[in-house]
Amino acid sequence: MPNIVVLVKRVPDTNARIVVNGDRVDLSAVKWVISPYDEFAIETALQHKEANGGSVTALTLGPAEADKILKDAKAIGVDEIVRVWDDSWSEMDSNSIQSALSQAITDLGAEYVYCGKTAADTGAGSTGPGIAERLGWASVSNITDASFDGGLTVTSPVENGQAMISVSGNAVISCDKGNVKVRKPNVKGIMMAKRAQVNVVSASAPSSSVTIVSQTPPPAKPAGKKFDGGASAEEVAKLLRDEANVI
Amino acid sequence: MSESIIIAEISKGAVAPVTAELVSAAIALGTSPTVVVPCVDPSLADGAGYEGVSRTIAVKGDCFANYDASSWAAAIDAASPSGIIIAAATPQSKDVAARVAARRQISVVQDVVSIDGMNLTSPIYSGKAMQTVALSGDAAISVRANVFPAASSSAANVSVVDQSGDVSTAVKEIIARASTRLDVSEANIIISGGRGMGSPDNFSHLEKIADVLGAAVGASRAAVDTWDEIPHSMQVGQTGKTVNPNLYIAVGISGAIQHLAGMRSSKYIVAVNKDADAPIFAHADYGIVATWEEALPVLESALSSMMS
Repeated sequence: MPNIVVLVKRVPDTNARIVVNGDRVDLSAVKWVISPYDEFAIETALQHKEANGGSVTALTLGPAEADKILKDAKAIGVDEIVRVWDDSWSEMDSNSIQSALSQAITDLGAEYVYCGKTAADTGAGSTGPGIAERLGWASVSNITDASFDGGLTVTSPVENGQAMISVSGNAVISCDKGNVKVRKPNVKGIMMAKRAQVNVVSASAPSSSVTIVSQTPPPAKPAGKKFDGGASAEEVAKLLRDEANVI
Repeated sequence: MSESIIIAEISKGAVAPVTAELVSAAIALGTSPTVVVPCVDPSLADGAGYEGVSRTIAVKGDCFANYDASSWAAAIDAASPSGIIIAAATPQSKDVAARVAARRQISVVQDVVSIDGMNLTSPIYSGKAMQTVALSGDAAISVRANVFPAASSSAANVSVVDQSGDVSTAVKEIIARASTRLDVSEANIIISGGRGMGSPDNFSHLEKIADVLGAAVGASRAAVDTWDEIPHSMQVGQTGKTVNPNLYIAVGISGAIQHLAGMRSSKYIVAVNKDADAPIFAHADYGIVATWEEALPVLESALSSMMS
């Protein structure tokens, strides 16, 4: 029966205003949540378990503040919650994050890993495929559907449509929104999550070769031109051709 | 001069124009690029010659017939020299870049929109802020389209490397997209509708303009959440697709922070909204305060006469 890990990340609520103070974003006032695509990963992992048995462990990398989202995942229905951390870590690059997570996944004996297609903070989408490579596993990214009867089959976008892809062996699957409807925690789940213990594990991580220089607000756009009434659309069409040169 | 490796972007069976932009990115990094072309038929690489590129490697392998992340990364890695790896910031190439970086135990920086020496800038929090990082040593980076100028084409000096990769996934079936229309993630021009369109049927008015411009049709999250007929694949925004086309036309979209996060980096933005105070106007190069019923027929006929 499959040993399934789902990766979750603590990020600012996507409705939060992102404020820059000095040369770093100031996240002191934001509400923190599970990264939205990770919710689809949790749901898909739970469906995998319901179809084939086994267990689902939610894993995150972060300091103790991240325990809250692990408990949120527990309330939704995962079996175990694990956090990998070392107090010496700060501003880790992708190489060090993926190294640490890969070790934790190996130590947990996982056979399948689900994650969101990107995290709402970096938007990079590197962690899933990067971990798969380190583990020597297959990976399929941005899936919109999964089925588990007769082996794992996932649906992922390709150039001319959607491909149904069968995956043999261990794999990392990153989840898009797709056709999955995520379940919400019920009262029993929330009560169990309150009592749940986070298993904190350690790993080693190489030092970062990518360092943050600055974080800045997005460049301000110069004020645009504003017109009243539908008839002005003709003028705008001319500007698109003659001033913007985009058509 | 240090080396870089450009992974050519392949689209519709040819080397995509964004590859020429990656050459300019490589030169901005102060590197000398080699272009690597994943292919089944090495003649594909003949279209991957650029000013400033001395060498093009056609990586020929059966694994490139369908996209499979692990075999693609293995074959590209084996055929490529060391150096900074540069790919286009498309979903597939970002995936390959992440895997090649992991194979080489180097870091990856995605969605680069600006390069200054070894300092790279990318949007974070879906464009609500920008982050500049400094590289020390090799890394894989992906570069957004429409940011760097395209390098001029020249004759390609192609060498062919046969490379196999163990495929671990198998495509059972491809369900072709019902519409022949471009996906928002591929389009240079996008026209999107929001809840202000009133009903999903009215998206046909956006489609008419899209047909004139060769544009894709997108939607706001509000529209996708409200109407089942508008699929999530059309959604532009933080939980949908992040786009940066040359032209983005937002119709009946108020400009929620989630939507802005997905399209604010578009080169030109046109907004049509009946509410003069809608937040979208603060981001629009050209704003039209009108209902879509008033503005779209005028826009369509003006564009039609220009494009004919």
